[in-house]
Amino acid sequence: MATPAVVLLVLFLIVPVVLAFVLSFTNARLVSPNPPRFVGLDNFIRAFTQDPVFTRSALNTAIFAAVVVPVQAGFALFLAILVNQKIRGVVAFRVIFFIPVVTSIVVVSILWKFMYQDDGLINNAIDTLTFGAWSGTAWLQNPSTALGAIIVLSIWQAVGFHMLIWLSGLQTIPEELYEAARMDGAGTWQQFVNVTWPGLRSTMVFILVTITIAALGLFVQIDVMTQGGPVNSTTSLVYHAVRKGYREQETGYGAALSLIFFVAVLLIALLQRYLTRDKD
Amino acid sequence: MTSASTPATRAPAGPTRSERAVRRRRAVFLYVALGGIAIFFLFPLVFMFVSSFKPDSQILRDVSSVAAFLPVGDISLENYSGVFERVPVVRFLLNSVFVTVAIVGLGLIVNSMAGFALSRMRWRGRNLVFSVVIATLIVPFETIAVPMVFWVSKLPTLVMEGGVLKYDFGWLNSYHVQIIPFIANAFSIFLFAQYFSTIPKSLDEAARIDGAGWFTIYRRIVAPLAGPAFATVAILTFLPAWNQYLWPLMVVQQEELRPVMVGMQYFFQLNTAWGEVMAYTSLITLPVLIVFLSFQRAFVSSVAASGVKG
Repeated sequence: MATPAVVLLVLFLIVPVVLAFVLSFTNARLVSPNPPRFVGLDNFIRAFTQDPVFTRSALNTAIFAAVVVPVQAGFALFLAILVNQKIRGVVAFRVIFFIPVVTSIVVVSILWKFMYQDDGLINNAIDTLTFGAWSGTAWLQNPSTALGAIIVLSIWQAVGFHMLIWLSGLQTIPEELYEAARMDGAGTWQQFVNVTWPGLRSTMVFILVTITIAALGLFVQIDVMTQGGPVNSTTSLVYHAVRKGYREQETGYGAALSLIFFVAVLLIALLQRYLTRDKD
Repeated sequence: MTSASTPATRAPAGPTRSERAVRRRRAVFLYVALGGIAIFFLFPLVFMFVSSFKPDSQILRDVSSVAAFLPVGDISLENYSGVFERVPVVRFLLNSVFVTVAIVGLGLIVNSMAGFALSRMRWRGRNLVFSVVIATLIVPFETIAVPMVFWVSKLPTLVMEGGVLKYDFGWLNSYHVQIIPFIANAFSIFLFAQYFSTIPKSLDEAARIDGAGWFTIYRRIVAPLAGPAFATVAILTFLPAWNQYLWPLMVVQQEELRPVMVGMQYFFQLNTAWGEVMAYTSLITLPVLIVFLSFQRAFVSSVAASGVKG
């Protein structure tokens, strides 16, 4: 009874992975009269030595992940603690914080693109709040702010999902532990450090791994908002791989870029596993 | 989840006056914080819905004041009629509904069967298959997107040509290329296997004594007991299926076959008509929001279940 699923997984997961590996050593093109030719490590050498856009993409992706992972995980935990309080109407807030998650990232990117315009919502708000002292910038057209602007909307969109995961972790911590801590005279902060945080360990590993992998896959926001610009300040690994491998039809090179991305994902996932392993 | 919604007033009996004051101050602080954050989460969507009823010139004018979030001024459905003139919205919506229902529906059947085989049946190579399925969880779709386009463009397909059934190569521009690659899902299989293994095995044995085969046991005994697992998988696969973007962008060029997210592209020409953009994004967001708000309890527990690690 596992046959249909196994066949489908082999055809649409295992085969493409193997193909990514094989194609990355060839000069295959999507549409080409000539059959693919083996070119050895040429694609990889090209990526690392002759393609500054690739280097920039890798750097941007790393910056994006380095900011998004801790900030989103931390903000999500903060929200989870807020909506885990025993007060009336708190469920409504959980629902509200989750709404951006169900909104497509395509739609979200378009909305924020509009809000980030020079004469857009964000700059008008800044203008009002600072009484005209600071008037913002065209966030997505400015190479020094474009990536930051994309980081903000990315966190806004996905944080509700991880809030719910933290929340389910919080609710597995027995109330008696808090009572015992209070008996011992622990304040709010001490309760958090000694009861809450240790109780969230496995949740934390899961959240860090999922956010990291999602962050490394940065694509839609770039495609909809900036197409990698201005001056490559927002191009990402996946965006560059799709641009080369699909739009410019260089399947072999695109496959090599995808493979590099995959190895990065794998290494980081393993590293995180190792760093957050149970020490006892 | 129930404990969190218990009103604070029913907490321990007989708090002193100062304790009550502290608690009230804390509640006020919490509501202010939650309210402020709620505004941050809602304003872009409120802005989108409100703007979809305004002419372009007014959208740009209102941006500088609270009017951006209020349905004031020249309110009309003109943007919506503009959207219907510009693109086949109904077609796009139906395409997305069809593709989503097919992925979710077929996925429930295929993945639950696999989960059943991996958690309740004993067969040679079971552990190996299970490990491989789990290992594939680490492969992000983005890494295989480029080779996958290459791959599906070589797959054989049946076509009707002048009343004759022929076969051709290339899966591009079709519904099945948007559906079939996404039916089997390692995470769904994993969730089903986890849930099925909590159902007592003695039920299988009793049924086998009565002469039931594996398929009957799956269909008549295990599947009916696994409602929450089916709901969880349905919800977790529904959103990504509806939101597909990268894949249809690459493999579907034919307008009549495109899903809603790709339809977005028709709105960004030389002069972007923002009112129409807002109307279109409202149209494709509303169905999901309605589904979410009607089933929000199920959504919340599904996401919570996705964080449960094995």
